Amino acid sequence: MIALSVKQLTKTYANGAYALKGIDLDVAQGDFFALLGQNGAGKSSTIGIICSLIKKTAGKVIVFGHDLDTEPNKAKSLIGVVPQEMNFNSFEKISQVLLNEAGYYGIPSKIAKERMEMYLTVMGLWDMRDQTGFKLSGGMKRRLLIARALMNEPQLLILDEPTAGVDIELRHTLWRFLTQLNEQGTTIILTTHYLEEAEHLCKHVAIIDHGEIIEHANMKTLINRLDVQTMILDLAAPITTPITLNGYPASLTDETTLEVKIHRHQSINELFQRLTEQHIHVTSMRNKTNRLEELFIGLIADNKRGN
Amino acid sequence: MNTRTGLYPNLIAFNTIIRKEVSRFMRIWSQTILPPSITMSLYFIIFGKFIGSQINLIDGFSYIQYIVPGLIMMSIMTSSYANTASSFFLSKFNRSIEEMLVAPMPNYIILLGFTLGGALRGLMVGAIVTLVSFLFTHMPFQHPGIICIMALLSAMVLSLGGFINGIYAKRFDDISFIPTFVLTPLTYLGGVFYSIQQLPPTWRAISVFNPVFNMVDTFRYGFLGMSDMNIYFGLTLVIVLFFILFAWALLLLYRGVGIKV
Repeated sequence: MIALSVKQLTKTYANGAYALKGIDLDVAQGDFFALLGQNGAGKSSTIGIICSLIKKTAGKVIVFGHDLDTEPNKAKSLIGVVPQEMNFNSFEKISQVLLNEAGYYGIPSKIAKERMEMYLTVMGLWDMRDQTGFKLSGGMKRRLLIARALMNEPQLLILDEPTAGVDIELRHTLWRFLTQLNEQGTTIILTTHYLEEAEHLCKHVAIIDHGEIIEHANMKTLINRLDVQTMILDLAAPITTPITLNGYPASLTDETTLEVKIHRHQSINELFQRLTEQHIHVTSMRNKTNRLEELFIGLIADNKRGN
Repeated sequence: MNTRTGLYPNLIAFNTIIRKEVSRFMRIWSQTILPPSITMSLYFIIFGKFIGSQINLIDGFSYIQYIVPGLIMMSIMTSSYANTASSFFLSKFNRSIEEMLVAPMPNYIILLGFTLGGALRGLMVGAIVTLVSFLFTHMPFQHPGIICIMALLSAMVLSLGGFINGIYAKRFDDISFIPTFVLTPLTYLGGVFYSIQQLPPTWRAISVFNPVFNMVDTFRYGFLGMSDMNIYFGLTLVIVLFFILFAWALLLLYRGVGIKV
């Protein structure tokens, strides 16, 4: 089943600026989907329209078969949203923020209280339940937004940059939690600027640029399209003379760090063989940039040239 | 796919908004409930006792008895309006309105929830002012049904007005513009302190269509059993006004004016 279908979605703002130029997007049920793009590319406009926070100019949004125009409440009841910006009333206790959210979704009080306790506990906020939003740190606020979005136990969870400004430990905790949620059947759409996050979590990806979808593919297929990867090798001993590795463009960034470009069809074993022949010992190896990041930059640049 | 929509979820959502509104104005009772009660007590003392004692009976009632219904209505109106205008504007300002916009509830539930929430503050303040008035005079309750209907209707109408003001407001200053430059003049010219029979014919004719006058006059009828105008005209005018404002506010919500880009 298709969890979300977006057809010819167009958004023109009052000042005449085009945010979306008729995008088409399908997200399958159970998918973990990344919507990527630069600032101002149209990600937040797309999500805003799906969540009924922004008025569309034209097009259709269908959530699990329910058209947002003709069955808005049925469609909305299946969505949970974690917005980019804080949008809860900081004067209220955080337990009340969640109870209100459940109420807006028509969830009876008894169930709402059970869920509130469960999700505040899961997000590590139970001890803060009687505090107002003003008392929360940035990370806590972010977790509160996630707990709030889960109160209606959505079939489609949309997260707009959920880990922006979040420390590494919390980011990894959230990744584990979202993966678990996805494994339990929740369809997840994620926008993020951390491409490592998208590569790590998502099964499918769409890249949006200047209001158009320029790539929509399976994550593995997309990554496999990366022609050249730049690897950083840490060396056991310093090298002072330039080295040549036939077929592998290489350069020393310092005496113990070697940067090597590897084509998709080349073998890493062969590279190591050549290094061994020259008595160069490698202690560790890593990608210079995230693979998806390399692809993303390339696609955006191609699109810019095309424009 | 199981969706949670329909009458029961809508009632829960409606109840949630009202509870949120009531808890908001009760949390800051010293700003929302206390000041109008104190202000009206001063009106009772100054206009009712000090000045009123020197004024002749009006249709057999003392001046303080004459002005008490108007002052109660004034407090109901200003509190209802202020509550919804400020609450809706603040929810726009801190973006918590988005919690309601993404939720599966119809726009009329949002509107009714805010409106009734604001009206409840007005009615609570009105009830307190009524109790305070007992310290200064004896009030007859000739038609309790009219008192209740008019109090509720007026509170709802002014609350709707506050909602519309909240929708259009872009800055904090914008939510005090209408109360200062429209509502207060209409209230003071609305027969709270005098009978419109004392006005010149032209002003009397204009006052007849002042909705605040009709609210005060019909409300006063509920207490004293006397009015300047036909109360059915007043009731009809307020009911029509309620439906006009309700339709207007609903249209604004549907179009997303002030809340969606």
